[in-house]
Amino acid sequence: MLKLPIYLDNNATTQMDPRVLEAMTPYFLEHFGNAASRNHPFGWEAEEAVDYAREQVAKLIGADPKEIIFTSGATEGDNLAIKGVYEMYAQKGNHIITATTEHKAVLDTCKHIEKIGGEVTYLQVNAEGLIDLKELEAAIRPTTILIAIMYANNEIGTVMPIKEISAIAKKHGVLVFTDATQAVGKIPVDVNKDGIDLMAFTGHKMYGPKGVGALYVRRKNPRVKVTAQMDGGGHERGMRSGTLNVPGIVGFGKACELCRLDMEEDNKRISKMRDHLETELLKLEEAYVNGSREHRLPHVTNISFKHVEGEGLLMGFNKNIALSSGSACTSASLEPSYVLKALGLGDDLAHSSLRFGLGRFTTDEQIEYTIKAISETVLKLREMSPLWEMYKDGIDLSTIEWAAH
Amino acid sequence: MAYSEKVIDHYQNPKNVGTLDKSAKNVGTGLVGAPECGDVMRLQIEVDDAGKITDAKFKTFGCGSAIASSSLATEWLKGKSVDEALKIDNMDIVEELNLPPVKIHCSVLAEDAIKAAINDYRVKNGLEAIKFDESVVH
Repeated sequence: MLKLPIYLDNNATTQMDPRVLEAMTPYFLEHFGNAASRNHPFGWEAEEAVDYAREQVAKLIGADPKEIIFTSGATEGDNLAIKGVYEMYAQKGNHIITATTEHKAVLDTCKHIEKIGGEVTYLQVNAEGLIDLKELEAAIRPTTILIAIMYANNEIGTVMPIKEISAIAKKHGVLVFTDATQAVGKIPVDVNKDGIDLMAFTGHKMYGPKGVGALYVRRKNPRVKVTAQMDGGGHERGMRSGTLNVPGIVGFGKACELCRLDMEEDNKRISKMRDHLETELLKLEEAYVNGSREHRLPHVTNISFKHVEGEGLLMGFNKNIALSSGSACTSASLEPSYVLKALGLGDDLAHSSLRFGLGRFTTDEQIEYTIKAISETVLKLREMSPLWEMYKDGIDLSTIEWAAH
Repeated sequence: MAYSEKVIDHYQNPKNVGTLDKSAKNVGTGLVGAPECGDVMRLQIEVDDAGKITDAKFKTFGCGSAIASSSLATEWLKGKSVDEALKIDNMDIVEELNLPPVKIHCSVLAEDAIKAAINDYRVKNGLEAIKFDESVVH
């Protein structure tokens, strides 16, 4: 049975797994205690639930439960990691290395660091969306304190060589922070095997609730510390004050456990659907995959359909299929995706892109429907596109002098 | 952002999609916008000896509002004299289609396309191109 509307925007957020909701429910009404209340059963129950969730979260990433700092989500984790390291390690240096395709939560935090006197190197990526390891190593200075490179990109799904990055960082005594929002729960991530010192991730990208996430902070080899960015009761080993969101944390823990247990099976099914979707859509003329197809999350594909505009394309089916586009028009900024531009894509191709994020609840029927709907809309809009007509007439579009607009 | 019903209708059933012979003397072609900006409109008019627009066609690369603006423009152009066509204002398009502020540039583009097509027609027929004030909203 085909279920409409179809949700293929799982990089934005995921539907919560009913099993997660079930685990959370008792912590709203029955066990509503404050996990910091040490003197009565309400507090004990809440603390016990948080401890258990902390173990579930830690287990998914191969960490010690004590290394998990609960946050409100990955944006907070990104801020806490970067600003917290910058302040804590001020005596060692003030230089941070990151990449141009990072999420805004990292890029804007880095801009803030520059404003307050820090120095930041923004590494370029190649057409695949990957940084050059030699460039990374060459960018390291005596004052470098942190390398902040995302685990997997939210727009194109490209997975960075985190192990290789951390090996270089270790050699130079630099800490590694990774925004692993899109990766944790989707592909195996192990903070020890990967050599990660700090890592931000969040519940709602892995079938858990919104408003809860975690920052992993390494405790051994080396012992890493971050300066708290919020003053208060000194929760979470003094790194993140604020009463713990117990139901959210319980749900996040459950979501992590489910991802750990289901990941292999889920990925087999999901990557098969993704590959099928991609293969069929690439049968259209002038359709291109953006970013690496080899080093990529199993549930993501980003495709440009040349000579049709992304938002116009979405309009053809967005009543029934939820997707996002790298086109400017879908955002308020009118600038097309900076991630796609960083790959070297022309603005025209960036405007023509769709991002597909499949998930645990995607079905084969939905993928078949999507292939048909998108193919039909692309063909229809190309009939309407002056660029397509020129392309078909053999006109080189780059030779046309477009009116400045 | 939700689209108005009129935008959706033009998107689903665009009027006058197509191509006129741009080398014909009685056809004026306007090509405005740029692929880098995410919208390109080509609007064409066919004018009879009396200066009346007998046919209009468009092709647009762009969002739904851009497609709707150009589709609406061709509907309005047909049957008008060239002089009347010059009076079409982008705000008339905004009003008719209920375009939100962020989409006003689509209507500006349509107005520019009309003017460009008329000028192309004028130049082909030995008339001087009209100098228009630069569009403000771009």
